[in-house]
Amino acid sequence: LPPEGKALKDDEILQNLPVGTTATLYFKDLGPQVGWTMVFLCEYAGPLFIYLLFYFRLPYIYHHKHAFTSSPYPAVTLACVCHSIHYIKRLVETIFVHRFSHGTMPLRNIVRNCIYYWGFAAWLAYYINHPLYTPPYYGNKQVNYALAMFVICQAGNFSIHLALNNLRSDGSKARKIPYPTKNPFTWLFFFVSCPNYTYEAGAWFSFTIMTQCVPVGLFTLIGFIQMTIWAKGKHYTYIRDFKEYPDLRMAIIPFLL
Amino acid sequence: RADMAAPAAKGTSRTAQNDVASIKKKGPGALATAYLVIYNVVMTAGWLVIAIGLVRAYLSKGSYHGLYYSIERPLKFFQTGALLEILHCAVGIVPSSVVLTGFQVMSRVFLTWAVTHSVREVQNEDSVLLFVVAWTVTEIIRYSFYTFSLLNHLPYLIKWARYTLFIVLYPMGVTGELLTIYAALPYVQKTGLYSVTLPNKYNFSFDYYTFLILVMVSYIPRKYRLLLLLLLLLLLLSKIRVLRSEQISDTQINHRMLIHFWGILWIMVCFMFVLEMQTLCSIVTIQL
Repeated sequence: LPPEGKALKDDEILQNLPVGTTATLYFKDLGPQVGWTMVFLCEYAGPLFIYLLFYFRLPYIYHHKHAFTSSPYPAVTLACVCHSIHYIKRLVETIFVHRFSHGTMPLRNIVRNCIYYWGFAAWLAYYINHPLYTPPYYGNKQVNYALAMFVICQAGNFSIHLALNNLRSDGSKARKIPYPTKNPFTWLFFFVSCPNYTYEAGAWFSFTIMTQCVPVGLFTLIGFIQMTIWAKGKHYTYIRDFKEYPDLRMAIIPFLL
Repeated sequence: RADMAAPAAKGTSRTAQNDVASIKKKGPGALATAYLVIYNVVMTAGWLVIAIGLVRAYLSKGSYHGLYYSIERPLKFFQTGALLEILHCAVGIVPSSVVLTGFQVMSRVFLTWAVTHSVREVQNEDSVLLFVVAWTVTEIIRYSFYTFSLLNHLPYLIKWARYTLFIVLYPMGVTGELLTIYAALPYVQKTGLYSVTLPNKYNFSFDYYTFLILVMVSYIPRKYRLLLLLLLLLLLLSKIRVLRSEQISDTQINHRMLIHFWGILWIMVCFMFVLEMQTLCSIVTIQL
């Protein structure tokens, strides 16, 4: 293999490689690395903790007369519960559910990702828990419908992660096409390659409606753009690797994207 | 900013990339090259118009105050026209990074429209003239450099001018820009320009005054920003310590802190300049 060629996989056995009696191996220094699990734990524990700092209105965040007060709006408490449950769910998935194909990622990524997640969590928590917060325009109806959609999307996202986990339950590292199972949430697999991203975008969209807050909307938008890029990449990888990949599926939004 | 400060690096990387491009693929086709030549010629002509406009206004007025008004329109037109360069990079006919070019053009456009145009009171400032002159000379040289490069007939004078004059023009431009933003600050704070306050039904707020201060801070290179942050933290800690021990008022403390801050900032700027002189000299010697 030339130095610029594709890297060998982790589990290829030297005897099976098409080389003669001598083989030259090229190594690439990836720089300081950190395990995926560690990265995800840092990224998700941060927002969980930071949001609560704002919810309980610790001193020096808002004006000192508002320290340790609480908001009169139920939407604010609901938003805190939803946000916390979202990140707790992500932490649980990182520890128990996800299987990672690459063991590590570069150290630079953990700093960048943490700044992104923690920064945005602080920014949107600031506005939602602000003493001058304005509750949604259509009142409780808006909040309740958005909450229902949020719960559905969270359940869906969790189901998809479980389904993807079960694809590799026999311990092999081979890739397989994910198919819908008996769980109704996984039926989105009929239409979309990456329904976990679809549900994630849906959850954040409903959170935006629930809080009616522009920074949350911005976070949703940026997340959606990033997830679309990932979904498209995965979608084209599937199409390239599997001849019998279902035609109907799109990358992230059924029939559209 | 980094792109402007080191056209040397950009020049060599562009020629290197052009070599690679000619090996790997065809590079910009004939049509794209023709379009780029026309674009660069038009931009060179435009900035020449601005230069001539400045000289004429200076000669007729007799002083260099208030020259901005005589070239306001062509400046806005041609500086905004530079947005096309982002498109060129995105489409691929120019082998530069979209992000880097975008950042540069947007910072120029921001200064033209969001600061100089929006805050009328700064238009009479001398700092505006400072950066307009710096931009004019830089852009004339830069666009003629690109024109000649595309035609594969680059006179040594233009190349020399580009890689040497930036030593003067870049600090001049940066100084003018920073002074203009600084001059705009009190008016922005007074009128609440482009700012949104709570409460509102979108639960969003934006303070243009703080934003402008952050823009000014962003001019400082990354490694020195950390130093500045540390210095600010130290100042804050010493403020808390002094407040606890003595009984002088808050405003007196703030005044003292401000003086200390400016002193430290000035020392930092000189320190920075001395350190970077070495890099600048090495760039110049490589190019000559």
